[in-house]
Amino acid sequence: MDQGLFSYLLRQGDSCLILGHRLAEWCGHAPQIELDIALTNVALDLTGQADAFLALAAEVEGAGRDADALAYHRDVLDFRNLLLVEQPNDDFAVTIARQYLFDAWQVEFYGGLARSADERVAALAAKGLREAIYHERFSGEWLVRLGDGTDESHARAQAAIDALWTYTGEMFERDAAVDEMAGRGIAPDPAVLKAAWDTRVAEVLAEATLRRPADGWMQSGGLNGRHGEALGHILSEMQFLPRAYPDARW
Amino acid sequence: MSQRDWPLYEVFIRARNGMSHRHVGSVHAADPAMAVEMARDVYTRRAEGVSLWVVPSSAIIASDPRDKDVLFEPMTDKIYRHPTFYQIPADVKNI
Repeated sequence: MDQGLFSYLLRQGDSCLILGHRLAEWCGHAPQIELDIALTNVALDLTGQADAFLALAAEVEGAGRDADALAYHRDVLDFRNLLLVEQPNDDFAVTIARQYLFDAWQVEFYGGLARSADERVAALAAKGLREAIYHERFSGEWLVRLGDGTDESHARAQAAIDALWTYTGEMFERDAAVDEMAGRGIAPDPAVLKAAWDTRVAEVLAEATLRRPADGWMQSGGLNGRHGEALGHILSEMQFLPRAYPDARW
Repeated sequence: MSQRDWPLYEVFIRARNGMSHRHVGSVHAADPAMAVEMARDVYTRRAEGVSLWVVPSSAIIASDPRDKDVLFEPMTDKIYRHPTFYQIPADVKNI
C-alpha cells in the first residue's frame, strides 16, 4: 500500500468531512432562511469532497474498507483533520471567519493539487476547486460585511479572527508525509500555499477593516490525530446512527 | 439582524441559452450583490439555470387585481388569437 498517499488523502477527506458536519449544524438555526440554505449548500459540497477523498483513500489502502467505513468507523485518534475545522460554530462571525480562513487556503490548495502527478487526485481537486472558489466568495463577502458593518459585528468578527488565528499554522505545516507528497509532485508545497494565502487573506481583512493577527505560536496536532475535545462530540453525533444500526439504508 | 430589515428581491432564472429569464420566486437580502448570491444558493441548487437576474420587489409595478375583469376577461372568447390553427414545424422548439 502507498502509505504516504493514503495518509495524505485521509487528512484532506477528514477536514472536509468535519467542516461539512460543523456547517450542517446550522441547518434550521441560521439568521436567515437564505443563509440556512447557503451554509448547508457549502456543507453538502464539503461532504461530497470528503466522500471523494475518502473513497480514493480506501481504494489506495486496498483493505476492503470504503468511504463510509472510514467516515463512520474510526475513532477520534484516527481522524486526521485540521484543528481549525473542528472548532465549534459559536456565533455567526466565528463560523464565517473559520470558513473564510479555510476557504482561502482550499482555493490555493486545490489550485496546486489540480496539477498533481496523480491524475485521480488532480481530477478530484479540479472538481473541488470550482466549489471552493464559490465558498471563498461567499465567506469572504460575509467577512467584509461583518468586519465593515456595525460596531458589534466588527468586534465579533475581530474576536473570531483573533481566536482562530492560532489554528491557521497547521494548514501549512510540513512533516514527512507532506514532504513526500510534495517531492513526488502529488501535492503542492506548503510554503507556496502560505505566501498565496497570506496575500489573499490580507486583502480581504483590509477590506473588512479587520486587523491581521501576528503569526505567533500555532496550534498543531490534528493532522496526526491529536484533537481537542470538540471532535469527540462531533463524532458521537455523526457516527451514532451507522454504529447503532450498521445495516441502515437511506 | 431581523428579516424585516432586509428588502425583498424578485428572482429570475434563464434555464438555457436562448430562453428568456423566468420568475421563480424571491429572496431577502441586504443589497443587490447579496441578493444574487442568495438567489444562487436558494434557486439554482439543482442546476436550474445558466443566468440569474434579481430585481428589487419594490420596482415591480403591478396591475390592480380589481381591474381583472376589464383587463383580461374580454380575451377569453377570442380563441382565434391563439396560434392553434397553424401547423408548427416539428423542428421549431420553444415557440
